[in-house]
Amino acid sequence: MAVNTDKNSYTILFAIAMVLVVGSLLAFTAASLKPRITENERMEKQQNILYAMGVNENEGTSREFISTDKVAGEFSKYIKKQLIVDANGGSKEDTEAYLIDVKKEQAKAKNGETRRLPLFIGEKDGKTFYIAPIRGKGLWDAIWAYVALDKQMVVQGVFFDHKGETPGLGANINQRFFMDDFTGERLLDDNGTFKGIAVAKGNNDPKNLIKDDYEVDALAGATITGDGVSAMIKSDLKLYLPYFKNLK
Amino acid sequence: MGLLSKKDAKLITDPLADNNPITIQVLGICSALAITAELKASLVMGIAVMFVLGIGNVVISLMRNIIPSKIRIIVQLIVVAALVIIVDQVLKAFQYELSKTLAVFVGLIITNCIIMGRFEAFALANGPWKSFLDGIGNALGYAVILLIVGFFRELLGSGTLFGVPVLGDPIELTGVYKYGYENNGFMLMPPMALIVVGLIIWVQRSRNKALIED
Repeated sequence: MAVNTDKNSYTILFAIAMVLVVGSLLAFTAASLKPRITENERMEKQQNILYAMGVNENEGTSREFISTDKVAGEFSKYIKKQLIVDANGGSKEDTEAYLIDVKKEQAKAKNGETRRLPLFIGEKDGKTFYIAPIRGKGLWDAIWAYVALDKQMVVQGVFFDHKGETPGLGANINQRFFMDDFTGERLLDDNGTFKGIAVAKGNNDPKNLIKDDYEVDALAGATITGDGVSAMIKSDLKLYLPYFKNLK
Repeated sequence: MGLLSKKDAKLITDPLADNNPITIQVLGICSALAITAELKASLVMGIAVMFVLGIGNVVISLMRNIIPSKIRIIVQLIVVAALVIIVDQVLKAFQYELSKTLAVFVGLIITNCIIMGRFEAFALANGPWKSFLDGIGNALGYAVILLIVGFFRELLGSGTLFGVPVLGDPIELTGVYKYGYENNGFMLMPPMALIVVGLIIWVQRSRNKALIED
């Protein structure tokens, strides 16, 4: 049953059939798995937010989130309020603010629409944490973070993550040895001006003992990812400044 | 080997050394540069490629008599891309943590020239079982080189293996760092992967003169 596979008509038919089969296969897979994937992403967001405020299962130098079966309960226990902040420092409550897609909000701001800024207020051991989600660009793709601040905008904890940074280099922004350096760093100077935190090369302070230099030590071989982290802190966290000014 | 005939076994063992996809066929170099800064990534990439190449080779081999030769490259590309995306989606739904580790490799697998190379050179001309063995063999050969390169880059560049510090702590100055040893940050840069691969090729060819071309 030799088919003449060189004929144009056969080639076109084959191409059409192939597209139909593969296309429907992919569509079917994507559609049937969508609910589970969305659920996973929702739990991950909760884990990340809790991680930033110190609710995690870290031991030694390991990085462990609160487990997925406990996360929903812990989230409602520790996160007291979810707000949507605007550029003038006003805010309103929204119990699903953590589902806001920061990427979409950034796109909105680009088109001249108002950007909603989610902010989560958590309480743990009598301390209040203000956790803001931010997003920026690394070397290959998106990077994002959840930054837990206190009233003075001093960093209490961070969680960084990335979509596709180079393993072993830029991808290490989600490792403890990088993230822990941010704790205690200040965003504002004594006059209340926003300075940001720069990821700086030069090995000035490898143990990161100096907490008021607005700098943390960079990762070797990940200059552009590090620059992306500095830029994202500068551009996105700054938007929350009016809100924090109103707090005082 | 009782399970495999001599000829079949050769399909697995050949790519490990004398017909290695990286050092002899010089395929898949790009991903070898990109992800070998640490051993764990090398291992994950090796396994992922083995999976895709094994199944992809079988699929292409089954279709080899009906693929129109004019568009065969596109057909091969679609098969790889579809396979990788399906695997990625399934992992996202059932093994979310693992899928996050793999995310960056998805694009790298689709563009990995070993896969297209083996489809084109082997699966299009051979039966499914042979193609499967060829896929596994080549993926193993690829993984071996990745692991060797990853071992040296992580050890000399970061002083760790699989993320575990083996040379002491560079900041607290314990272990070998006490004597003035320093990590070579240059090892973390992609060019050093190329140099390490070059050294492997050199060692391999000086041990087996038959591999040297005129």
